[in-house]
Amino acid sequence: MTISFRGGVHPNDCKGYSAGKAIETAPVPAKVIIPTRQHIGAPCSPVVKVGDLVKKGQVIAETQAFVSSPIHASISGKVVEIADYPHPVFGSCMAIVIESDGNDEWVDGLPLQRDWKAIEPADLKDIIRQAGMVGMGGATFPTHVKMSPPPEKKINTFILNAAECEPYLTADHRVLLEMPEAVVAGCLITMKVLGVTKGVIGIEENKPDAIVVLQKATAGTGIEVVPLKTKYPQGAEKTLIRVITGQEVPSGGLPMDVGVVVQNVGTVVAIANAVEQGIPLIERVTTVTGGAVAEPKNLRLRIGTTFGQAIAMCGGFKETPVKIIMGGPMMGMAQRTMDVPIIKGTSGILCLTAAEADIGPERPCIRCGRCVEACPMGLIPSMLSILGERNEFQVAKEEYDLLDCVECGSCVYTCPAKRNIVHYVKLLKAQNAAMAAKK
Amino acid sequence: MSAESKLEIGTLAVSTSPHIRCDESIAKIMWTVNAVLVPAALFSIYQFGLPALRTLVICIAVSMATEYFIQKWQNKPITVNDGSAFLTGLLLAMNIPANIPWYIPVVGSVAAIGIAKHTMGGLGYNIFNPALIGRAFLLASWPIAMTTWPTPAGWANKVDAVTAATPLGILKLQGYEELVKFFGDKTDMYMSLFLGTRGGSAGETSAVLLLLGGLYLIYRKYINWQIPVCMIGTVGIITWAFGGNGGLFTGDPLLNILSGGLILGAFFMATDMVTIPITIKGQIIFAVGAGALTSLIRLIGGYPEGVCYAILLMNCVTPLIDRLVRPVKFGARR
Repeated sequence: MTISFRGGVHPNDCKGYSAGKAIETAPVPAKVIIPTRQHIGAPCSPVVKVGDLVKKGQVIAETQAFVSSPIHASISGKVVEIADYPHPVFGSCMAIVIESDGNDEWVDGLPLQRDWKAIEPADLKDIIRQAGMVGMGGATFPTHVKMSPPPEKKINTFILNAAECEPYLTADHRVLLEMPEAVVAGCLITMKVLGVTKGVIGIEENKPDAIVVLQKATAGTGIEVVPLKTKYPQGAEKTLIRVITGQEVPSGGLPMDVGVVVQNVGTVVAIANAVEQGIPLIERVTTVTGGAVAEPKNLRLRIGTTFGQAIAMCGGFKETPVKIIMGGPMMGMAQRTMDVPIIKGTSGILCLTAAEADIGPERPCIRCGRCVEACPMGLIPSMLSILGERNEFQVAKEEYDLLDCVECGSCVYTCPAKRNIVHYVKLLKAQNAAMAAKK
Repeated sequence: MSAESKLEIGTLAVSTSPHIRCDESIAKIMWTVNAVLVPAALFSIYQFGLPALRTLVICIAVSMATEYFIQKWQNKPITVNDGSAFLTGLLLAMNIPANIPWYIPVVGSVAAIGIAKHTMGGLGYNIFNPALIGRAFLLASWPIAMTTWPTPAGWANKVDAVTAATPLGILKLQGYEELVKFFGDKTDMYMSLFLGTRGGSAGETSAVLLLLGGLYLIYRKYINWQIPVCMIGTVGIITWAFGGNGGLFTGDPLLNILSGGLILGAFFMATDMVTIPITIKGQIIFAVGAGALTSLIRLIGGYPEGVCYAILLMNCVTPLIDRLVRPVKFGARR
């Protein structure tokens, strides 16, 4: 029996494009564009200059701030430019451009061999911080910060988020199938750092092959594999915790408030690589897919590869895309150019055709209530969109729980009037933040 | 741009997530509701002949024309094709006597679309159900014409008069026993009400065709089953308890459920998304309230029928219900 949560929607998962494609390692790009900001928190400052020679795995940007994460060279070569470049999340951002020397040489001492069981939790956490680990599902919150709850918050459960509920994306699915040992090692390392014995892997039942593989790989480790109903947003942190532990993260709170830490599949694999081999986060598995892509694939790409390069590795376009998205179709970010680089949080590059991205004109709300039914957070999304049209962020915040919205997009997906509710929510939140900053 | 990029800057659409939508639309919902009303509308033509067809055409055409001209005049996008003005016209025609003079439905349609819908801002903003406002407007303006019902064909051998009373009218003025006698016996009465071979507004008579249409809308999830069940159930219970002459629980709930415009109102007008509460809990309150008001008007009010006013009165309190009845917020235990 699988368990579920209130609300949610059932979009066509469209995972068939790439679910059966084994991960391919992309060739080393001739040039990478590495933004100095690939995480939530303080941006890094470059510690290299134009003209410097760098090696793969070398730190090229960092900061002393706690909520931050260092950035490493993903190829060996020469720093040719440090300047503002298009960024998939922030619009534009300072980036370090490295031209490959063709050798793809590791920085001295890497990779190494280590047994994580012999390392103390505090040292493990330090390794994870040094390796530039962030949440690779897209939120890019620094992992070591998540692993450092204040002492009054007792963590009792670690959950691996293997739901991958976004349509089209299959990167996590392939990683689970092809690297189950690294997934389990990453989970065990995280559990050791957190000091918990209870580990759960939550996975949607539309990946039965991965469920079997994980059940085998976790045998004897004490980690439980929990199949979840296929329903969006099953993998949203709060709904995932609700389904697995029965507890609701309080309004305005964090998972640690109910004793839970959640990590993404890509992140735990990167943690395992960092701890066991000393390899920092310089590459990741990304799904390049959508109806416009000639040959959708799951690619292992170096950070700093451009979207255009990645799409070219998939045979380019078979149809002109009208939208290129970083991430999935429900929460991903539309891009204005293919020159943006892959960053640590790029789970997918989705190229939608005109037919796939057909949205239709926005109409007035007819109060049908489908959004209320779909909202996993128990809000009234239709009112948020109407208040958004009138810039009433105060009312939205105080009477309609604006700040509880997780922007999962279920309401917009289901709306017959095609209202851009999430757009208005983001607008209201920005107005609210601007007002708070003024005070 | 890099060599791999074949796209010109500015060709990519940029918008907020999500980037995909389900395949529902306002037009799809409205035209589906229109479609499920067609059998009952056709039955009214079979029952009442060409006058019924004429009234249907007038209401639908004038409603759509009114919407078109208002939107044109206000320089708004023309949305006549979305089926909502068509639905208002169709429902209005089904809510008035079939053989009414032609200018009355013209005025009713203009009132429904022009006053009830577009003075409020158009689709989605109206407080009251437009078709019911149209009907109420006509009932206030032409009370006699609006309560003079034609004889249905099936009744020709039973009644000589050109105009026929409605079952609820007979119940109100002459009493229950006379009504049963009028139909022959109780079984005949229920069958006649269920099939629709009785007097009444054009489209309200055939309970069975309206029920089938309503059930399809529930199956398609365009309406919530709680609304018709609660409204009809409330009318059944109250009229059963207080509707009889022999004391408590001697009324005839089945008669009350099948007669008048209750089935039409409960499935097609108390479910009008725009004018009812947005949460299911709120909709249940709305439906129970509309059922109670309907019963109140029928039992002790001046009119024999009360569905129209009951729904309009509950439309008034919809914003209040929406303020008070909220979904349970996730993680509300702060």
